[in-house]
Amino acid sequence: MQLKTFAISVLAAAIVAGCATQQPAEEKVAAAPAVKKAPPKVIAGASGALLASTCEGCHGTDGNSNGPATPSIAGMSEDYLVEAMEEFRDGDTRSTIMGRIAKGYTDEEIGLMAGHYAGLTFEKAGQKAHHRTIAKGEDLHNTYCEKCHNDAGSDPSDDSGILSGQWVPYLKYTMADFRSGERDISRKMKKKLDQLLASEGESGLDAVISYYGSQK
Amino acid sequence: MSNKKQFNRRDFLKVSGGTLGAAAAGFSLYTPSASAAKARVVVVGGGMGGATAARHIKKGDPAIDVTLIEANTTYHTCFMSNFVIAGERKLDYLAHGYDGLAAEGINIVNDTVIDITDNAVKTAGGGSYGFDRCVVSPGVSFKFVEGHNEDVANSKIPHAWKAGKQTQLLHDQITSMKDGGTVLICPPRNPFRCPPGPYERASLIAGYLKKNKPKSKIIILDPKDKFSKFGLFREGWTNHYGFDGAKNGGENSIITWVKAAEGGAVEEVDAGSMTVSAAVEDFEADVINVIPDQKAGALAFTVGLTDDSGWCPVNLHTFESTIRKNIHVIGDASAAKGMPKSGYAASSEAKVCAAGIVAVLNGAAPGSPAYVNTCYSVISFEPKDGISVAAIYKLREDGSKIQKMSGGLTPSGDKRNAANRAREVDYALSWYENITSNTFAD
Repeated sequence: MQLKTFAISVLAAAIVAGCATQQPAEEKVAAAPAVKKAPPKVIAGASGALLASTCEGCHGTDGNSNGPATPSIAGMSEDYLVEAMEEFRDGDTRSTIMGRIAKGYTDEEIGLMAGHYAGLTFEKAGQKAHHRTIAKGEDLHNTYCEKCHNDAGSDPSDDSGILSGQWVPYLKYTMADFRSGERDISRKMKKKLDQLLASEGESGLDAVISYYGSQK
Repeated sequence: MSNKKQFNRRDFLKVSGGTLGAAAAGFSLYTPSASAAKARVVVVGGGMGGATAARHIKKGDPAIDVTLIEANTTYHTCFMSNFVIAGERKLDYLAHGYDGLAAEGINIVNDTVIDITDNAVKTAGGGSYGFDRCVVSPGVSFKFVEGHNEDVANSKIPHAWKAGKQTQLLHDQITSMKDGGTVLICPPRNPFRCPPGPYERASLIAGYLKKNKPKSKIIILDPKDKFSKFGLFREGWTNHYGFDGAKNGGENSIITWVKAAEGGAVEEVDAGSMTVSAAVEDFEADVINVIPDQKAGALAFTVGLTDDSGWCPVNLHTFESTIRKNIHVIGDASAAKGMPKSGYAASSEAKVCAAGIVAVLNGAAPGSPAYVNTCYSVISFEPKDGISVAAIYKLREDGSKIQKMSGGLTPSGDKRNAANRAREVDYALSWYENITSNTFAD
């Protein structure tokens, strides 16, 4: 907590001062911060494209993931991507690794990366599922999810991410995090999710996820 | 063979200033863009650094003529090769070719580089490839101890630190070993390629032995007193393999760690008697994996890119050599102060280098750099237990170091651990798919 506050205040100071440089968030805050020497100045101002290229190792070339555990991030709305990164950075969404990485970027850099990925095209993973499961999932989507996740969860302008054609293992992780409180869930979503689970159980939720994952 | 000759002849034309003439005369050049090329870049070495650089220079400016020269037609990633050694994957899992890059308009030349002049790369096949900028990504070479060399490594005591035949050899040796046998793993001194690699290797071999040959042991003979992800590996060994931290092993542990202070440094190996002489005593074993100390790849020495450290000093903003103009060095061979020698670091350095080269060849100044590294290690597949270290970096204003801005290790020991550790294995596998397709366009 103290470390984060320290890092943010340093960054804020750098921004206020209008510096072209930036102070790194030191990992180890010394026991006596009063005598801590100033962290070295670093070069800021990397382009959105170069910053975004640092995401590709895990999120795929141009933000379309080949690996089922990490989500594709291409084509999502800028607002959604910024919010997601801020939540990782601030710990509102707990994570294994993303939070550690998100802390390394300034607000401006997060905005640039989000803008870059928002301008790319989401490629749907089109995973297989049984047609009856898909039909059931579609039905439940229409009842519980459609209001916020428009067009089968494919519309970036709803600022709710892109679920249509997203990787199923990733969607399962994320739903588990929403349910366990590892990730902030809106009251509206919690209400709808609780209704879905009360009415349809785990298999209902699985069907909705299969429906999204199967979209081509 | 005939293809190679054609390449050489074409390039002879280019070097002798015949490019435009040849194009006008209707000769078919490498790519449609070649006839309109504004500049030529030759990338030497088709591993993580070189392949990424070639792809991102082409992506950054398709009008640049990019040639990638690599001695092998297939590249096996060093990362994840421990999965193959432990029998979790087949060798093919690691294999990547160059067709994807060729399809994107990069000239792929399968040849061995023997020299780099101020404006051309010379190959063993007689080729000469002219350049405005050259990128060299030669990887590492080894400082073998007495009794160990590449022939011994290929037949008896593999280092398996460049993936391929030796990866398979080490796997075969472990699977054919008797139950109750001893495996010696001898990691190198710093700095070396993939700092957590030897300890992931010990972990995954331990996983294999626990399941298949439970009376067997692993001894790590280490010339260091600490290593990458130190606490996390030891915690994992305790959780999965009976490791007692206070004893650095103990009777019930599959793994014993002999550190430098206790005589872990290897001085000599004898392949005949399968014995390793360490600082204090000799160790006999059924399988011996000596990973030698390292230095830049041999080519870096041949063409004068190294300094007394054995690595290649570079401008950290563009990775241009500080010794030779217009030649950039990336990946494990470069002295990228502040970054580890990892596949992902090589990829990140390549992207920064590519952006700089594209800018310079378009008459602009290189933009601000941004670097990343993430490095996963799998401690166990049953149950799934993965850890990682990650970092985001920027360049210090004075150019002296690539400065870590954030990152750090997987946390240890909280209540969410088991589920998150399993996820990290899945993230590692997804990372593999993404980083390799990002590099090889496959």
